[in-house]
Amino acid sequence: MKLTINGQSHDVDVPDDMPLLWVIRDVVGLTGTKFGCGMAQCGACTVHVDGAPLRSCITPASAVAGKKITTIEGLSADTSHAVQRAWIDVDVVQCGYCQSGQIMAAAALLAVTPKPTDADIDAAMSGNICRCGTYQRIRTAVHRASELMQEAGHVA
Amino acid sequence: MWREPLGMTKTRALNRRDFLKTAATGLVVGFCIPVAMRRGMAQEAAKAPPVSPNAFVRIAPDNTVTILLKHSEMGQGIWTSMPMVLADELDCDWANVRAEHAPAAPAYAHTVFGIQMTGGSTSTWESFEQLRKAGATARVLLIQAAAQKWKKQMSECHTEKGYVISGSNRASYGDLAQDAALLLPPNDVKLKDAQDYTIIGKPTKRLDSKAKVNGSAEFGIDVKRPNMVVATVARPPVFGAKVKSFDATKAKAIPGVVDVVQIPSGVAVLGKHFWAAKQGRDALVVEWDNGAGTAISTDSLRADYRKLAQTQGAVAKSAGDIDAAFKNAHVIEAEYEVPFLAHAPMEPLNCTVEIGKDGCDIYVGTQFQTMDQTLSAKILGLKPEQVRIHTTFLGGGFGRRANPASDFVTEAVEVAKASGKTVKVVWTREDDIRGGYYRPMWLSRLRASLGKDGKPTAWSHTIVGQSIIAGSPFAAAMIKNGVDETSVEGAFDAPYLAAIPAHRVDLHSPTSPVTVLWWRSVGHSNTGFVVESFIDELAHAAKKDPVEYRRELLPPNSRERRALDLAVEKFEWGKPLPKGHAAGVAVHQSFGSYAAQVAEVSVRDSTIKVHRVVCAIDCGPVVNPLMVEAQMQSGIVFGLSAALHSELTLKDGRIQQSNFHNYPVLRSNEMPLVEVHIVPSTDKMGGCGEPGTPPTAPAVANAVFAATGKRLRQLPLRLA
Repeated sequence: MKLTINGQSHDVDVPDDMPLLWVIRDVVGLTGTKFGCGMAQCGACTVHVDGAPLRSCITPASAVAGKKITTIEGLSADTSHAVQRAWIDVDVVQCGYCQSGQIMAAAALLAVTPKPTDADIDAAMSGNICRCGTYQRIRTAVHRASELMQEAGHVA
Repeated sequence: MWREPLGMTKTRALNRRDFLKTAATGLVVGFCIPVAMRRGMAQEAAKAPPVSPNAFVRIAPDNTVTILLKHSEMGQGIWTSMPMVLADELDCDWANVRAEHAPAAPAYAHTVFGIQMTGGSTSTWESFEQLRKAGATARVLLIQAAAQKWKKQMSECHTEKGYVISGSNRASYGDLAQDAALLLPPNDVKLKDAQDYTIIGKPTKRLDSKAKVNGSAEFGIDVKRPNMVVATVARPPVFGAKVKSFDATKAKAIPGVVDVVQIPSGVAVLGKHFWAAKQGRDALVVEWDNGAGTAISTDSLRADYRKLAQTQGAVAKSAGDIDAAFKNAHVIEAEYEVPFLAHAPMEPLNCTVEIGKDGCDIYVGTQFQTMDQTLSAKILGLKPEQVRIHTTFLGGGFGRRANPASDFVTEAVEVAKASGKTVKVVWTREDDIRGGYYRPMWLSRLRASLGKDGKPTAWSHTIVGQSIIAGSPFAAAMIKNGVDETSVEGAFDAPYLAAIPAHRVDLHSPTSPVTVLWWRSVGHSNTGFVVESFIDELAHAAKKDPVEYRRELLPPNSRERRALDLAVEKFEWGKPLPKGHAAGVAVHQSFGSYAAQVAEVSVRDSTIKVHRVVCAIDCGPVVNPLMVEAQMQSGIVFGLSAALHSELTLKDGRIQQSNFHNYPVLRSNEMPLVEVHIVPSTDKMGGCGEPGTPPTAPAVANAVFAATGKRLRQLPLRLA
């Protein structure tokens, strides 16, 4: 099947029901998207499909063939996405393992809700577990990213 | 990418010409001080733990300073804090500082424990002087190289942000590194006074952020090696069970499955990718010999523990005549219980093993390099130095990746050995939750009597729970008179005991097939909850304010008292709270640091909501305040997960939970506002990774009592 990941087309020979996560990680070889639970409980595997956040660990690859898939590696070419810059500014990460998923969830939230409230952030981010407990700095960083996006004028 | 640095082991094998040649190719280094070559050093090094500055710093011609980390970065921030310590003495430009994990080698042994490891909240204090000396030694050699070049006295030269300067002469560390590498390091170096620090103590942002926000950071699970396959392992469903037989026919029929092999811990299914290995394992038929393990359940353990708690165990601490003190006294008695817990780091356990002609390469996020290396070498019939440990980032550790049995590493070695393939063994979340090595289930029985002034006159604390240390290589050093210190830490040294004339803390360490391990804050994860809850009970019995009661009992100038006072002041204890809200307090020393927390909660429909946690921490001198704050936030979230949600239960020898849906942890929508205040302190440096956790559950439980009048003595806290 053909998958379009980060603007690149990949022809992959995998079973239809193979979860997108494992195609991305073990076949295409992009390892920024993480495995945490395998049952859409933790959000570490979050990618964007046509701009919307999606749990790749329970999504059969065949279901997203032909759609536009974006992983953390494709969020920006040079770590310049407002969310990534905000994460660095606020010193969010600890072990870092869940952060690809957190960032993808936050970027998807800001794309539809450019000025989120704390409640908006909680609603959008509560599906993403962080065992290091970076939640407070994540909340701060989402607001910071929102500011950065306003400043840059690219509210999208 | 990992390259072998010129650490202790390799440097020793090189003569200076080779060393220079290597440097000249630009492959490895501009600068590594071969300390082992120093006259007379070899004998000294054999006696004392190696202090070899060369092992820790590398300076490239472009002025990049790379700090080699003997510790593992698992979120706690050593990737940044350790370089800060070394760079301060080296006087280099912070913008040019990089970090990388060191290989496993004797030079990187823990200065106290003697093995290479990360744990016990020890990294900063155990290597503080070692790294400062490494930085200072390197700086002196760079100055010496410059002085020789310019024909000046060393005293005529000074350094400034990565340059040596003397009058109009100016040379970068990168330019001087190769000359400096040929010099003999001084026997002693002068270290800066604290007031002269330029980096230590300053809020400094992490060096690993960029890689962790763009997907490029390499965790163990991301490792790729040539011709590598991925394996999952079918492990015993019941603790202590063994494989009786298995049928791999259906597993092998799954597309992508390449092999099925039996190993000591179960049956491994190898596939072209994880999905094939996982599907193959699902199709695998294994018949298990469950043995005696099926007899165990949480209920049966609780009954056994209760019975034991009625008897006196091995005495950890005793003063006065406790039995006489309780005679004819009004005795307040309570039983507390905490469950088995899985660490559940976000990165499931994994390990990649590549066996070659001249040894074995292991790629793994581990906290316990020396143990992994030693035990793997034993399996393979190799010398430890033939097993090269490549430490990746750890997607969380919390103690699970520091296993004296090296379970997840040796298992991968067994799979590679049995299959003859380069293999990455990956655990599923279910494997992790059900795979053992848990925080022990503990039961405590407490008794106390109070004097007329309300202060305790007698205190008895009996702890029942499996020993983490028993059977490990640390048993001889850490179990004394039948007492595993990690089971009673925080109880036998509770700060209140000194003022209680008769007291006893004793321990029963029953055994079971369930494997146990240190879980962030170890014994303190139990004793912090128990002691700080029971003190609260006594305050209530004495009709005193919980803060005032603690102040009466704690030595006035104690570090506990200072932390308590700061937390209470910042919380504004006593100031009216919103309707329905109540506050609880706890203070607890662990790992050399003193943490006090005040939690503000409300209860609605039996659901506990934590609104705010104010934390004061005295960890002694601080290297990076940003990291201390982050670790307190982190420890509190870990504590809240245990206080409000997480619990493993056993039925017929099987763990009943399996993934985050039935082993819940704190989520962002439940995150309280956490305020962290650092107690200014020049006292002994303590740790930060764990001390934030123990006071959280008792502070919340005490707040729930204040809100509802219900004393909850079991974790997770449940009102209904």
